[in-house]
Amino acid sequence: MATTTSPPRPDFAKDAREEDYLWTLNFGPQHPATHTTLRIVLKLDGERVVDAVPDIGYLHSGFEKIGEHLDYNQYVTVTDRMNYISPMANNVAWHHAVETLLGIELTPRCKYIRVIISELARISDHLLSTGAMGLDTGAFTFFLYAFYQREKIYDIFETLCGARFTNSYTRVGGVMHDITPLVVEKIRAFLKDFPKTIDDMEKLLNRNRIFVDRTKGVGILTKEEAINRSCTGPIARASGVTRDVRKDQPYLGYEDFDFQVCCAKAGDCFARYYVRMAEMRESVKILQQAIESIPPGPANIGVDERTTLPTKQQVYQTIEGTITHFELVMANRGFEVPCEEVYAATETGNGELGFYIAGDGSDVAYRARCRPPSFIHFATFPHLIRGHTLSDIVAVLGSLNIIAAELDR
Amino acid sequence: MSSLSKVVASLKERFSEVAESEFRGLTRVVVPQSQCFEALTCLKGEFGFDMLVDLTCVDYLNFRDATDRFGLVYLLASMEDNLRLTVRVMLNEPDLTVPSVVPLWEGANWMEREVWDMFGILFEGHPDLRRILLPEEFEAHPLRKDYPLQGRGERHNFPVLTRGEA
Repeated sequence: MATTTSPPRPDFAKDAREEDYLWTLNFGPQHPATHTTLRIVLKLDGERVVDAVPDIGYLHSGFEKIGEHLDYNQYVTVTDRMNYISPMANNVAWHHAVETLLGIELTPRCKYIRVIISELARISDHLLSTGAMGLDTGAFTFFLYAFYQREKIYDIFETLCGARFTNSYTRVGGVMHDITPLVVEKIRAFLKDFPKTIDDMEKLLNRNRIFVDRTKGVGILTKEEAINRSCTGPIARASGVTRDVRKDQPYLGYEDFDFQVCCAKAGDCFARYYVRMAEMRESVKILQQAIESIPPGPANIGVDERTTLPTKQQVYQTIEGTITHFELVMANRGFEVPCEEVYAATETGNGELGFYIAGDGSDVAYRARCRPPSFIHFATFPHLIRGHTLSDIVAVLGSLNIIAAELDR
Repeated sequence: MSSLSKVVASLKERFSEVAESEFRGLTRVVVPQSQCFEALTCLKGEFGFDMLVDLTCVDYLNFRDATDRFGLVYLLASMEDNLRLTVRVMLNEPDLTVPSVVPLWEGANWMEREVWDMFGILFEGHPDLRRILLPEEFEAHPLRKDYPLQGRGERHNFPVLTRGEA
C-alpha cells in the first residue's frame, strides 16, 4: 500500500556525464574489509574518494516488527543478534528499557551481575573493533592477541549461562542464573591476565609507524560535528565530547564505581582506537571493583512480586512458584504494563544503545524501537571519507566499528 | 530538573498548544504539526538541545484510546546541561508531512530516511529521501500496524537477477 510517493532521486548519471574523469567503484556487499554485508558506491578521482554513497539493508530482518510480536522475555533472543559481538550488552539494554517501562527496581546483586557482564561485553566489543582495525591496516599479530582474549570472555559467558555467542542471559527483573563461584574465579583469572595483554597490544600499535601513518589525521570528526551528527560512545569521545551515559544518567548503580570517561581531542581514526584501548583499562577497573564486592542476597526479585520467572525448583516445589510461573507465561496474564512510552539508554561498547518501548497493557511491546549506534555512526561515513584515499576506507570503517546486523536490524 | 521545567514553561508560553507530561522521570511535550519545526529550532537554538539522540515513529492504529494515527518522536539531549527532552508530533492521514530537521541536526538524515521507509512519513526539504533499509521496488511501509508480520508476498515475488542478465 503506497499511500505517498517518493520524491525524485538525485541524478547520479548526470554528474557522471559532466565529470567524466571520475570513475565509480562498487565496494561490497561482500568484501573482506567490510567484515559484514554492506555496500558503498564510491566516486573516485584516481585514488581519491570524491563521494561515497552507502547502500545498506542487506541484512534487514525486521527486528523491530518482530519486537511487536514477542513478549518482553522472548525478545531478548533477538537483541542477541543485533550487535552480535557484544550480545550481553544488548540483553542488558533491552531489559533495562523494559524495567524502566514496568517500573521494576532490581536487587543489588542483580545490578552488580549486570554491570559485570556489561563491562565484559564492552571489553569484548573493543577487542574486536580495535583488533579488526589492526587487521585491516596490516597488523595481524595485534588481531590474534585481541581474539585470544575474546575467547576467554566467551569461556566466562559459557560458564555463566551455557551459551558462548547468543547469550540471552537477562530476564525481566533479573537474570537467567545467579553468578557462580566458578565464574567469579574465571573472571578473576581473566582480570589478572588481561592488563598485560593490553600493554602488549599498545606496545605493538601505539608507536607502530605503519599503523600511525594510516590512521592519524584520517577521517577527522570535530566535536561540533560529532554532536550535530548524533555520535555517541567512543566515536564522540574521541572527538572530545565528554559524554558517557554511565556517568551522565547512571543506571545499574554505575555511580558506585570509580572510573574515568576516556576522551581524546583529535577525532581521527587513531583517536578512536586510542579511546577504545583506554576504555578497556577503565572496564578492568570497574570489573575489579565489582567482582570483589558482589552483594549477597537473591539475584532475582522475589516470587511474590510476580515480575521475574521463578526458578524451576520453585515452580515444581512451591505453590507460589507455580502460581507465579502460570501468571507470567499465560497469554492473558503476564506483566502489568502501563499504556505508556519510555526511552531508556545504556552505554554499550559502540555507543548509546537505547530502546524506545511503547507498552499497551499486554505483555508484548506495542513498539520496540532500537536506537542502533552503528546506524547513526555509519551515516557519518561519507563525511569522514571524502577527500581521503581508497585505502583509508578500511581504516575509517574499522574505527567506526560498523556491525551490519545492528545497522540493518 | 528545574532547568528542564523552565524550558518547558517557556516553550508553552511561546507555542500555544504544547502539552506536557511526565513518566518515569522523562519529560515529554507534544507539539502541533504546524509548529513543530519552529519549536525544534527554538529548542536547539535557544535552549541548547544540540543533539538529536533518536528520531522514530509509533503507529497508534490499534492503540487503546488513541486519537491520532502516527506519533513522531524526537529524543533530544543537551550536552551542556545534561538534559533530555522528548518531543512528540502527532500526525494523521492524509497529511503525513513534516518539515525535515536535517538543517538543524545533520544526524537526522538517515533517521528520517528510516522513518520514511518504515512508516511512509514525508520529510519536506530532506536532501535525499530514499528508502534506506528496504529495496527501492518495495511499495509498503512495513512498520505500520496494518502491515502483516508475514509480509504480503514481496519476498516470493522478488525480481530474480541471473548472472547472464546482470
